[in-house]
This record gives sequence, C-alpha cells and structure tokens, in this order.
Amino acid sequence: MIAYILRRLGMILLTLLAASIIIFSVTQLLPGDVAQVILGQFATPEAVANLRAELGLDRPIVVQYFDWLIRFIQGDWGTSMVSRMEVRPMVMARLRNSLMLASVAILMYVPLGILLGVISAIKEDGMADQLISGISMAFAGLPEFVTGLLLIGLLAVSFDFLPANSSIEPDTPFREAFQYLILPAITVSLTSLGYISRMTRSSTIDVLRSDYTRAADMKGLPRWQVLTKHVLRNSLLPTVTVVALGIGWLIGGLIVTESVFGYPGIGRLLVYSIQRRDVISIQAISMVIVTIYSFSNLIADILYGILNPRIRLGG
Amino acid sequence: MQSAQPAKPVPASRMARAFKRLRRYPATLFGFAVVGIFFLMAIFGPMVAPYKFSDQKLINKLKPASAEHLFGTDQFGRDIFSRILTGSRDVFSIAGSGTVLAVLLGLTLGLLSGYLGGMADEFLMRLMDVLLSIPPLLLAMIILGTVGPSRLNIVLVVGFLYIPMVSRVVRSVVLDIKTREFVEAAKMRGESNFYILFREILPNVLPPLAVEASMRFSYSIFLVASLGFLGLGVQPPSPDWGMMVSEGRTWFNLAPWVLLYPAGTIALLVVGVAFMSDGLRRMLLPGGVSN
Repeated sequence: MIAYILRRLGMILLTLLAASIIIFSVTQLLPGDVAQVILGQFATPEAVANLRAELGLDRPIVVQYFDWLIRFIQGDWGTSMVSRMEVRPMVMARLRNSLMLASVAILMYVPLGILLGVISAIKEDGMADQLISGISMAFAGLPEFVTGLLLIGLLAVSFDFLPANSSIEPDTPFREAFQYLILPAITVSLTSLGYISRMTRSSTIDVLRSDYTRAADMKGLPRWQVLTKHVLRNSLLPTVTVVALGIGWLIGGLIVTESVFGYPGIGRLLVYSIQRRDVISIQAISMVIVTIYSFSNLIADILYGILNPRIRLGG
Repeated sequence: MQSAQPAKPVPASRMARAFKRLRRYPATLFGFAVVGIFFLMAIFGPMVAPYKFSDQKLINKLKPASAEHLFGTDQFGRDIFSRILTGSRDVFSIAGSGTVLAVLLGLTLGLLSGYLGGMADEFLMRLMDVLLSIPPLLLAMIILGTVGPSRLNIVLVVGFLYIPMVSRVVRSVVLDIKTREFVEAAKMRGESNFYILFREILPNVLPPLAVEASMRFSYSIFLVASLGFLGLGVQPPSPDWGMMVSEGRTWFNLAPWVLLYPAGTIALLVVGVAFMSDGLRRMLLPGGVSN
C-alpha cells in the first residue's frame, strides 16, 4: 500500500509540474507584456525596458519559468500587479473563505445526496427514483449562476429571508460569515447533489443484487436490517471516493458561485485578477487550485485502493 | 463464423425496441423535443425575430412583458425575446462546434491509443492526465483571459478541453473490442489495420461515442454560458445569454425579467440536453455500459 501511495504521489508531482508549465506558458502568452500592463499604455519605451530588466523579463523564458516555479515552491508568490500587495497572504485569506464555503456545501450535499441515492436504489425505476433522478439531473445541469440568481430571487428578494449579497470582509470569522454562506452553499450543493446521489444509487443497486443480500433476505431478516447491516455498509464505501472525486466539480462551481454572490473567495479573486490581467495573481491562484485538485484526486485514488484492494495490483 | 460480419452497432429491431422503451421515459421525450425546438430556433430564430437584437429604444427601457415585447425590454429598450432568439445561434454553433471538435480529436486519439497500445498509448494517456489535472473552467478562463474571447477561440478552447474525456471513453471501448473474436478473425484473414479500425472497431465505438458526445454537448453549453456570465463569452453587442444574465443583475429588483428570461432559457436548454443525453444512454447502451 505504501508503495502504491508513493507511486501515485510521484505521478501527481509530475502532473503538477506539467500543469505548472501549461499555466506559466498560457499566462505568459499575453499580448504586450507584464511591464507594459503595469505601467499602462502611455509609458515611455525606456521606462518599460527598465521595468522589464527589474522584473527579469528580459531573460530567456525557460529561465523565467524555473525562477517562478522555485519561488512559488519556496512560498514567494510575488506582488500583485494591481493592488501592489503580497500575493500569498491575499490568496491564503481568500482560500480560507472558499474552504469555509466548500465545507458548508459538502455538509449539505453529501448526506442529502446519499439519502436520495439510497431511496432511488430501493425504489429502482419507480416513481420516486425517476423523480429524484430527473430533478437532480436537472439541477446538475444548471449553471450555478442560474440557480444562484433564482435562489436570490426566491429567498432573498421575495421573502427577505437571507442576505442576497455575500460580499463580506475577507477576514470575517466563520460565526459571523455563516448566514452569508447559506445561499452560496445551497447553490453549489444543487450542482453536486445529483452526482453523489447517482453514484450512491448505482453502488446500492449493485449491492442489492448481490448474493449476500439475497441470502440475508432469504434468511428472513427484516428489510430495514438487511438495508442497514448488509447493503448500506457496503454500498456507501465507494461514495467516499466519489466525494473526493467531486472536488473538481466543486471548484468550478465555487468560481461561478462566488462571483454571483460577490463572496470573497479564491474563485472571485481569480475572476477579478483575469479582468485586471494581473498575471502574477492568476499564476498563483491557478497553481493553488490545481494543487488542491490533484491532491483530492490522489486522496480519491488512495481511498479507492484501500476500499478495493484488487486495484493496487494493476497500478 | 458469424463474427466475420462487421458488427452493426444498432440493428433495426433493436432501434424499434429502443423507441418503445423511450415512451416509458417522458423526460427523454421532453429532452428530444426541447433540443429540437432550440435547434430550429438557432437556424431560423435570427430571421423571424420581431426586432433586431441591437435595436435600442430608450423610451421603452425596462418594460415588462407585453404583446409588443413578449419577454419585455432591457435597460436599453432592446427586445429581450429577439435577443434570446438571436443569441441561440451562438450558443448552438459555439457549444456544438466545440463538441464536434472534441469528439473528432478525442475519437482519433482514443482509437490510436487503444489500438496501438504500448508506448504510444502510455504517452497519450499521460498527456490526457496532464490536461485533466487542471479544472476545465479554470483552464478555459486563463486561456480566454489571455488570448481574448473571440468566437473561434471559445470553440477551440471547448474542443481542446474535452478531448481527454472523449478519448478515454473511446480507448476503453477499443481495448474491450480488440480482443474479441471478430477482430481476431479479421486479423487472421489478413485485413489491413485500416480495415480493422474502421470496419470492425469503429461501429462498436459509435454508440458509446454518441452518448458521450451528447453529454459533452450539455457540458459545453454549461461552460459557454458560465464563461459568458464571467465576461469571457462572445463579446457585446452580440447577445450572449450568460452576459445578458450578468448584466440583468443590476436591474434585478426593478426589472427581474431582464435576467429571468435568459436564465430560464439557459436552464431549459441545459436540462433538455441532459435529458436527451440520458435517453440516448438508455437507448444505445441498454446494458448500462460504463464509461
């Protein structure tokens, strides 16, 4: 198992390296260059050349890449071209907010998704199943800005029930931020809910059809006991993996949702930085997101390996 | 040996049974109907739109729905119904072309990867892993933020982003098919690789590929609409649905319809495509073939 984890970890590091090359080269493709963006279009050519030299932009691109990568790993993420502030503390503060939002969302959609998935599986192809899969599929397909705005219209504007705007101060403590997290968390949840319930449904159906479930049924055990002791115990294990795999969805959802609600998370910062063409911030934010994404995939792989030992042999 | 005959993907009788099954799923019928209507809208919409999408009449701004303006007017007095009709062409052509591009490239890479195996397979799949290591929306945003969101760029980005998903599906089917008897038989008959790939393997790849393509189409619409909302879609004055929603936020309290009609349209189309895709899966992959 250790060897398996190490091999996966090595793979992830290689992938991250490749991803960093993609991120760096894509953001460096900017027409015009960073020095020009910082100084504005009316800067004299000498001033631009000076700043280029100061920022090291006159060096070969490969040298610039390795310099950037090494600094990033060491924790020196540079200074924002727009706000002139250190990028790392800014990104970290926003990351904390995104994690708060993500946690509230996960606590909403994982239990609910499992519940709906199990109900669907028990009533396979019945009315409840079709209704649940239809509705959750519809929500899974809806972009977050559509559901988010519909929720704002319904709960915030019509009933004045919850705050429609979540643009709180970036360093608000969780307790105070909580009420601003509810609508965005519901929005993110609606997209991921269908995924969890669909996966739970199919793994539960598999277990329901298994020989040991039939055996338990035939022994005359009460239905609920078969369900809790034999079915759920086995069918819910894969769902753990599904949750980790779903982090990719969640990240995409957060970027849009934070923009809808003006919530100061890392996704909102990314959108803002792209609008301002703040390359330094874009690079740092992208690297942080890709790292989180890769490690959640690694965790999914490891959990899957633990739960399903056969997979390790193949590798 | 009956397997000498190239495997036909879906025989007529299976098709008929598939349609019979379809009737039991009203959601699927709904999905096909919605996609059909939107498809017609994309072709004829801009021609039959009652107003030009850019016609401004400031006197008429932020008017609710009426006989004159079916969905009301926006902050510039433009007819929202006409703007949605006109915008449908961009949504369909951009998400559609992006999907077609991803399917063609993904099919090619998947066939090669699965059929050749060995080093080529390993290399291509690791390359796909790298692409998959960046969340699609993030990659789309940084690329379009850099090169600028023109129609062509959005199509290329969508096509490029979804290559890995398509090629993985194709590859897994190829790996499964290439050890079957009818492929072995064709090899023993001395058929060329070209023949085996296109006459023996491809027909079996098509049903799962069609299902995958329809799913990619729904994700593409999702992605293109989200990019539009974030300001990285087709630029004004073109009526981009996502951007219409984004701009409508300013007038939400005063004139919610400015936002609600385009948002509702996106919702209807996306849900329609999702239901259609689910229906295709039921029809073409009755055994519940995995991806």
